[in-house]
Amino acid sequence: MNEQSGVIVKVSGPLVVAHGIPDARMYEMVYVGNKRLFGEIIEIKRDNASIQVYEDTSGIGPGEPVFSTGMPLSVELGPGLIGSIYDGIQRPLDVLRGKYGNFVTRGLFETALRRDKKWMITPLLKVGEEVQGGDIIGEVEETPLIKHKILIPPDIKGTVSFVAKSGEYTVDEVVLKVKTSYGEQGIRLYQKWPVRIPRPVNERIAPDKLLITGQRVIDAFFPIAKGGTACIPGPFGSGKTVVQHQLSKWADADIIVFIGCGERGNEMTDVLMEFPELKDPRTGRPLMERTILIANTSNMPVAAREASVFTGITIAEYYRDMGYSVALMADSTSRWAEAMREMSGRLEEMPGEEGYPAYLASRVASFYERAGRVIILGRENKEATLSVIGAVSPPGGDLSDPVVQATLRTVRVFWSLDASLAYARHFPAIQWLRSYSLYADFLSDFYKENMGEDWVDIRTKAMGILRKESELQEMVRLVGIDALSSSDRIVMETARSIREDFLQQNAFLPEDTYSSLKKQYRMMKLIDLFDILAHDGLKNGVELEEILSLPVRVEISRAKVIPEDNLEEFNKIEVNIRNSFKRLLKEVKNG
Amino acid sequence: MAKEYITTREIAGPLIIVDQVEKATYNEIVEIKLGDGSIKRGQVLEVDHDRALVQVFEGTSGLNLGDTKVRFLGRGVELGVASSILGRVFDGSGRPIDGLPPIVPDSKLDINGSPLNPYARDYPSEFIQTGISSIDGLNTLVRGQKLPIFSGSGLPHEKIAAQIARQAKVLGAQEKFAVIFVAMGINFEEANYFIQSFKESGAIERSVMFLNLGGDPVIERIATPRFGLTAAEYLAFELGMQVLVIMTDMTNYCEALREISAARKEVPGRRGYPGYMYTDLATIYERAGRIKGKSGSITQIPILTMPEDDKTHPIPDLTGYITEGQIFLSRTLNQQGIYPPIDVMPSLSRLKDKGIGKGKTREDHADVLNQLFAAYARGRESRELATVLGESALTPSDLLFVKFADEFEDKFVRQDILEDRTIEQTLDIGWKLLAILPIEELKRIRPQFIDKYLKLFIKKEGGVSAS
Ligand SMILES: Nc1ncnc2c1ncn2[C@@H]1O[C@H](COP(=O)(O)OP(=O)(O)OP(=O)(O)O)[C@@H](O)[C@H]1O
Ligand SMILES: [Mg+2]
Repeated sequence: MNEQSGVIVKVSGPLVVAHGIPDARMYEMVYVGNKRLFGEIIEIKRDNASIQVYEDTSGIGPGEPVFSTGMPLSVELGPGLIGSIYDGIQRPLDVLRGKYGNFVTRGLFETALRRDKKWMITPLLKVGEEVQGGDIIGEVEETPLIKHKILIPPDIKGTVSFVAKSGEYTVDEVVLKVKTSYGEQGIRLYQKWPVRIPRPVNERIAPDKLLITGQRVIDAFFPIAKGGTACIPGPFGSGKTVVQHQLSKWADADIIVFIGCGERGNEMTDVLMEFPELKDPRTGRPLMERTILIANTSNMPVAAREASVFTGITIAEYYRDMGYSVALMADSTSRWAEAMREMSGRLEEMPGEEGYPAYLASRVASFYERAGRVIILGRENKEATLSVIGAVSPPGGDLSDPVVQATLRTVRVFWSLDASLAYARHFPAIQWLRSYSLYADFLSDFYKENMGEDWVDIRTKAMGILRKESELQEMVRLVGIDALSSSDRIVMETARSIREDFLQQNAFLPEDTYSSLKKQYRMMKLIDLFDILAHDGLKNGVELEEILSLPVRVEISRAKVIPEDNLEEFNKIEVNIRNSFKRLLKEVKNG
Repeated sequence: MAKEYITTREIAGPLIIVDQVEKATYNEIVEIKLGDGSIKRGQVLEVDHDRALVQVFEGTSGLNLGDTKVRFLGRGVELGVASSILGRVFDGSGRPIDGLPPIVPDSKLDINGSPLNPYARDYPSEFIQTGISSIDGLNTLVRGQKLPIFSGSGLPHEKIAAQIARQAKVLGAQEKFAVIFVAMGINFEEANYFIQSFKESGAIERSVMFLNLGGDPVIERIATPRFGLTAAEYLAFELGMQVLVIMTDMTNYCEALREISAARKEVPGRRGYPGYMYTDLATIYERAGRIKGKSGSITQIPILTMPEDDKTHPIPDLTGYITEGQIFLSRTLNQQGIYPPIDVMPSLSRLKDKGIGKGKTREDHADVLNQLFAAYARGRESRELATVLGESALTPSDLLFVKFADEFEDKFVRQDILEDRTIEQTLDIGWKLLAILPIEELKRIRPQFIDKYLKLFIKKEGGVSAS
């Protein structure tokens, strides 16, 4: 099917140089060598094309053929994506295992979408109707959770000339024909899209809603908006993956795309085993019914790792184009950047900082640019969001790393993970004084409506206490605890309570792993109430030690495990707090 | 018979360049015949038109341009495997050095293996009891995990690794297990310590050793762990054995990698190590694991010495980014005479969460673990403060935490090299220590466990201020 078009002249790891490919184009897909390995042209110099090969090149040598395809690296978009696990170039890993065994060997090819499965669809369009990219042809029930909207591809505009009957079709049967200025186009249940080109939208708009994650430190202090961007840099073992898994489980997005980019195989297995068992808190359906996994683990070929983030984000955009709210996790973008660095090094490009290519920052920026809250294509002018959350793994946890710096310049939320918090098992180890969210202010109205009128004030106060704590700690380090006034001691204790009883959240404890906004609000209110009454008590002559040894403090610290369906418990604790202080005050009065 | 080339044009460090080669392929194995008839082996790193760049495993000493003859063998580096490899000793290139006859292989396997399909993996969740409290209790090892020991020069990592190998068991299981020992550039004494330990415990018949010692060729170390892991994959996934792989010292491995990179004049990454070191190490460490539908497993305990005890050095740093946690040895604890000198705070087992709890260890395990960590962290923090300002600078409750931290190191971490504690014993020691603290400080433990377990230890210890 593919004519031979060039000849290999050089092999250096994943980089192959071929001579004499006629009309070679940048980012064109090619098949390399007698084994027909998958590759992509990434540089052209005169008659030589440099190809990054997505599979191990051992045993390939000069003289072997290269076959061109004339197509850029593209993904298949259509029903059947959800619940799948793909490698970086969208090969279905479950199908590969079924056919070829437990190890991924070379030269294997399987289509991303199954060709034998039939999907029920009732096309809604009529012959003679004018259509444009983004218009909905009909819906397919992809999972009980997700109605997959079959869309007119973005680049098509014209008059409908054929509509298939309502019925069951495979993905590559034509269900609609459109007469366009460049001829009649058949449209199937799936379309292809080149991964390196963002899918178009009608308009970009500013995010205005919270992506509710159920993670207290995030929702309450450093929120990400639907359609927003966030990064999680941190040293190894600080909790990047767990945060991203938590978001994949609990974030109130319709679709989750998780890209394991150059990370551990077992982490993908973890998702694969756990998500079918876990229930979406809003719909009660298994989480796998809204999840797509891209797995190009650290031991898989490095060039495919480079492609994996583009494969993932193109799929995410496609679901956004149906009007969904999509959240994409990339773990870890550093491995992606390193893959770029490796290819750049082999191309002998001029290295920039730390050997990364000079275009590192612009690549990173253009990746996060694909996030956003948008008005999608199509006649309905509907809104949709794509949120992007990237982990960054800087050497030694050093934030001056070029990938961290390039990322911080483009994303709007910074969750800074801290090794010393992780060592003390304060999880999530998001350092509260260093992290920030540029969405927090935008979202005040949302907070007032969904958490409580006074939430913004309480949060500001809590942050103030945490900042004060670090000043006081500095003082203690210099002169000892005796230097602190009783009221400072209360500040220290409240800060400890905020840290331990609110910010810390155990991802592995079923009662604690997810907190609704309501619960988060009530938890913080308890801490705040205790703080107010403690200061008040001090003023009225209660001894500090009496306050600190109040048994009700244990109840505050255990509030995190109160089940979501039993939030009235909080009323009881509030009453207990008030009564405890009443008792102390009475004792003072009675001498 | 493959063609013999006498066109070696350049020798630089561990590399040679051969010209006018008709057909060479990437990663292909090469046989190099010296003027004196001796033979070295190498591997193709790059082919550019008719020029092949070859790394020579045994080093290039003795090579010259005139007499060197090179043959390209048209295949990758392979290991012949059969069940009879058990009990055998090989050199760093997979050749027997125990004086016994060569292996009659069932099959020959490329030592680079192929990446395991993530979809084929089975999540490791079976608790391995090592008998060492600071591992079992707080940084629990599970079958199929890769858990390195981050050590420093002079620290007793070999004792700990050997103790793990000796004591490791999966509770209630009777299975075939094997130990693979991979030595890279360590000295004879250290290697011998392991060998003796395997002999004493009888593990020697179920072990396979690949030894590249300090005096052996440096570049060969790049292949040594791959030989070991190829044997491990065969034993685990073909013969269904539970395989423990000990690889020491990964620091020497990485240095060999750096040497090749420097000889190729590549743009160096941090501290001169190549930019692809992460990927390269991943192709070793990711070969640990389990496969759905197979009974065997590969558990890896790589050992590395951190240059200058610096955990941000690229070798521990990149390792930590790939492995599923780490066991961290502390020079301070070692100087205090505490064995095993495991610093539990920077240590971590990422796979512990699915390996502990009811039906695996004990229902209270997770809570005890979290509480011990929290209390120890607070105790250490206060202790540091006290060393600067004196104990008077601490609140009474801080002082209790300091006491806790001291006792924790003395009773929980410290144990004898022959002491094999059950998980119950480990958790009970944990409770005894927690009984030092006021009950309202035990926030990480669910009330039902406080009720059930703490009271067993209050009477004996006293000092608990029930609020
Ligand atoms: N929210 C949490 N609750 C409980 N434990 C946590 C939490 N977050 C992290 N941990 C603990 O920390 C360990 C390391 O977390 P994680 O694997 O997410 O680190 P990471 O930053 O992704 O590391 P790497 O960069 O090496 O991949 C986990 O295995 C878990 O034990
Ligand atoms: Mg991670």
